[in-house]
Order: sequence, then C-alpha cells, then structure tokens
Amino acid sequence: MKAIEVKDITKKYGGLKVLRHLSLSIAPGERRAIIGPNGTGKTTLFNIITGVTKPDSGKIYVFGKNVTRLSPYHRARLGLARTFQRNNLFFNLSLLDNINLALQVNRSQLKAKDFLENWALYHRKNVKVKELSYGEQRQVELLLALVQSPRLMLLDEPTAGVSQGESRVITEMIQRLPREVTVVIIEHDMEVVFNLADRITVLNRGQVLYEGNREEVRTHPTVKDIYLGAAEEEDI
Amino acid sequence: MNLIRKFISCQKPPGFWWGVITVTLLLLPFGTNSYGLSLLTQALIFGILAMGLDILIGYTGQVSFNHATFFGVSAYTTGILFYGGCKNFWLALGSGIAVSVVLAIVLGLLVLRSGGPYFLMITLAFGQMIFALAWRWRSLTGGDDGLPGIARPESGLPAAMENNLYFYYLVLIFFLAVLLALWKFVHSPLGRSIVGIKESESRMQALGYNTFGLKLMAYALAAGVSGLAGVLYVYFTGFISPQELNWTMSGLIILMVIIGGAGTLLGPVIGAAVILVLQNLISSYTDRWPLFMGIIFVLCVMYARNGIFGYFLKLYKGGKNHEGNRS
Ligand SMILES: Nc1ncnc2c1ncn2[C@@H]1O[C@H](COP(=O)(O)OP(=O)(O)OP(=O)(O)O)[C@@H](O)[C@H]1O
Ligand SMILES: [Mg+2]
Repeated sequence: MKAIEVKDITKKYGGLKVLRHLSLSIAPGERRAIIGPNGTGKTTLFNIITGVTKPDSGKIYVFGKNVTRLSPYHRARLGLARTFQRNNLFFNLSLLDNINLALQVNRSQLKAKDFLENWALYHRKNVKVKELSYGEQRQVELLLALVQSPRLMLLDEPTAGVSQGESRVITEMIQRLPREVTVVIIEHDMEVVFNLADRITVLNRGQVLYEGNREEVRTHPTVKDIYLGAAEEEDI
Repeated sequence: MNLIRKFISCQKPPGFWWGVITVTLLLLPFGTNSYGLSLLTQALIFGILAMGLDILIGYTGQVSFNHATFFGVSAYTTGILFYGGCKNFWLALGSGIAVSVVLAIVLGLLVLRSGGPYFLMITLAFGQMIFALAWRWRSLTGGDDGLPGIARPESGLPAAMENNLYFYYLVLIFFLAVLLALWKFVHSPLGRSIVGIKESESRMQALGYNTFGLKLMAYALAAGVSGLAGVLYVYFTGFISPQELNWTMSGLIILMVIIGGAGTLLGPVIGAAVILVLQNLISSYTDRWPLFMGIIFVLCVMYARNGIFGYFLKLYKGGKNHEGNRS
C-alpha cells in the first residue's frame, strides 16, 4: 500500500494545461521533495491531493483509499495534513487559539500549551498571529499541521521568504517528525531539499520530468539544465 | 471622563455586567412614559434580531442580505395562525421559529456554497423572491395590505399581554435568554469554530472541519433567533406587511450590527437601540432620515471601526492595560 497514489491526473485552467497525465506514488514513511520551475503545477498538485481542487480526470488514493470524490475535510480526517505556500492562518486569534482550533477537531486530549512547550514559539503563545513576524508565521503554518499528528504531511514551500536562520529552524522542525510520517515537500531551496528528502521528483510543465535520489538528481543533466541551472541564474 | 474610565476598568466580581444589564432593563420602564416603553420594547426585539444576524456577520463572517426574510416569515406564520384561530403563544412561537429554521436550512443548502459578494447577492435575490411571494399570495398574506389586527396571545402566558408593561417584561425575558444562550454558544467549541471559518475557511477544512455543515448550523441558528424576534414583533405591533420582508429591512439590520459593533453580542443591541431612537427622533422632523443614517454610518466607519460598542470595549481594555502598566 502506498501513502499517496496519483493516477493519470489532468487539470486545465481555461486553455492552460497545468497538469498533464501526471502519475506519482509515494511510499509510507518516505520523505519526498517535489521541485520544478515556477508555475509548473506543484501547488495545483497539492490542491488536488487535498481535495481543494477537482481534477479534470484521474484518480487519487491516500493509504489505499480512493479519495478522488472526497471533500478536503474528509481527507484531512484520514490523517492528511498540509501547509500553505501563502500563510493561511487564523490571524486575529492568538497562537494558542490557533493550536486549540486544530486540537479541537481531532478531539485531542492534548493541551495547546503543553504542545507548544516543545517548540521555539512557546514564549509567543499569547500573541495574535497577525502580530508575529513573517518567519514566525511560517512556523505557525507548520505547527498547525504538526499538531494534527498526521500520517501524511504535504508542505508547500515551508521556508519560502524566510531568513537563513529561520529556514534552519523550520528544517529542524520537520526533521523532528516521527520517522513513520510520510512527508512531501515542495521546495525551491536545494539545501533544504537535500537535507530532508530521500527521493526527489522533478516536475516540468505539468509532467514528471525525472524521479530519483539526491545524487541522481544532483547529477542529472536535463534536471540541471531546466531547474538547478535556472535556480542558480535566479540567485544571481 | 477619567473617573468613568477608572470605574469601568477596575476589577469586578463575575456576573457583574450581567447584573447591571438585567437590573437596568428591569428598572428602565419606570423612568419613561408609554412612548419610551414602546421604544424600549422595540429596541429589545430588534436587539434579538441583530444578535441573530451578528452570528453570521460578526462570528461566521458571512454577510447575509436577507435576514429580514427569517424575521418576516416567522411574523407572517404567527399572523396566519392568528387568522386561523390560534391564540396560544407557545404554539405561535414554536411554529414561527420552526418555519424560519426550516427555510434557512433549505436556502442555506442553496446559497452557502458561494462566498463573499456572491453570497451577498444570492441571499439578496432569495430575500426579494420571498418578498414578492408575500406581495402576490394575497389569499394567505393579504398582499400589500398585510395582516392587520393581530391581537396579543390569549393563552399560554400567566398574565394578560394587552398590558404593555407586561409585554415588555415578556420580551425582556426572551432577550436575556437569547443573550445568555448566544453568550454560551460563542464561547463553546462550536462558537470558536465558526470564528475559525471567518478567519480562514480553507484552513479549517484542511484541519478537518466540515465548514459547510458549520455554516449551515450558524445560518439556521441565526434564522431561529430572528424567528423568535419576528413572533415578538408581530405581537407587539399587531400588524405585518411585506415591508418587513423587504431588502430595506435587511439593510437596516445589517446597519444595526455594524454601527453597534459586529463580532460582539451587545454591540448589535446597542446598534439597534441607537438606530431606533434616531429613526424616531429624526423622522418626526424630516422624511430624510435614511440620509442621517448614512451620515452616522460614515462617522462610524471613520471613527469607530468596530462600532459603538467596539469603541467602548477598546476604552475599557485600554484602561485595563493602563492600570497594568502602572502597577
Ligand atoms: N485557480 C486558478 N485559476 C487559473 N489559473 C491557475 C489557478 N491556480 C493556478 N493557476 C495557474 O496554474 C499554473 C500552475 O500554478 P501552481 O500554483 O500550481 O504552480 P507552482 O508550481 O506551485 O508554482 P510556484 O513555484 O510559483 O508556487 C500557473 O500558471 C497558475 O497561474
Ligand atoms: Mg506553488
């Protein structure tokens, strides 16, 4: 049984083909990175796996269950948690109340305060989330997924736009996850990718261009051309 | 001003404000004439109505533009039952609320899928459909003549409701009951989850919340509360016409919520009272009171973003922090 199986997914927005017959499978406990140029359909793929977006055709299985027709909240209840590329938090509530909302739906016995005690943001627990810095909000984005104690986590560019130091904090947070949790991470920062991922899927124009382990991806000529090369140019 | 600020910000025993509200509302009728009493009664009825809408606007974050529908259909239900010979208060109350809630669930299933401005437009359209129905279905609703001469209930209550003072206390009991019930609701897990929807519906879904179900529940709750207000209203005025279902009425309730302070329970009540008083004062001098309403609305948006109650709440909290800093 796979943690995720994406079968032959196609998605168009008007005339724009965002995903083209895309198939992908990820084993339980795997740490998988998805990389690819901007606008190549990575977030769209996450939205389709979580049920926010309906595919035009194709099927999605989560832990062997066909979830193609299930609504996002049903999928969440199967143990599927996600973070968003753009901060999507309860901005007018305190950090503590953000965590409380996540605990409440899971009927968890855990107390928000006890949970937060284990994390760097503990001392900010009573601050309204909109008053936290961007980097701290990025951490809350991750905490809201962590507190659900999911079996499967989809992380959409968790370190996007944060400083180097904060990026390290966030990477460490992800590394602290129990080994049996499946993690799929979309990430542009190759250092983070090579730190976290066992396997890497390279998307290009809505299709899987290449899939392999770190070394294979690092040295693959086309991948270098299309993605790693382009990223380096961007950095300059 | 400083003394007042100090008073409202000092530590008080729990239930203090509940006591103040209850005692004030119990005693208020004795300081007024019959005109004042009538205004007070109306303020409480509209206060209930506005609190109901605030569950949607201030807590769930859904600006519904057909709130008058639920108020109106419940009032019509009471009127139609009265014409059919029903004089019992509880029967009318139960039917009025039930019709509002059922209608809200049916409408909700249709409109709650859409959000933002679409939701506002669709609810407005449905509200006007019900308005047109009341206008056209003359045999049941009396058309534009409405249903006049609805007497106060004869059975089910310990005292004769023809007495306006007794009726005021009847309304007060319901007002306090609704206030307490909604207070409990917004502080319950369910209440906190609808605030989560206002903050971010997609995040709520990602956490595993059935947000559609929650919104439907909030919609039905708001409709039920408004249905209660509708029954009290029709017994109070003895008359119901399509105007009570019109969008102008829905707009008025929205104004009450926003001017008073959305997202608080007492805010909408204060908004209702302020608007009713002004409406009565100004309309005795000029027909242009909607103009004044507009001016007040603009003033609120400029100087009291969170409504009148929000403004005082800020003073109160500001005062508290001030004390905290000194000690
Ligand atoms: N709701 C939508 N309506 C129309 N077009 C959309 C929508 N969502 C995404 N797109 C388009 O689909 C394409 C893929 O978008 P997507 O967000 O999946 O890319 P991405 O790989 O996550 O890119 P990035 O690295 O910039 O986050 C883009 O061209 C985008 O403009
Ligand atoms: Mg993206």
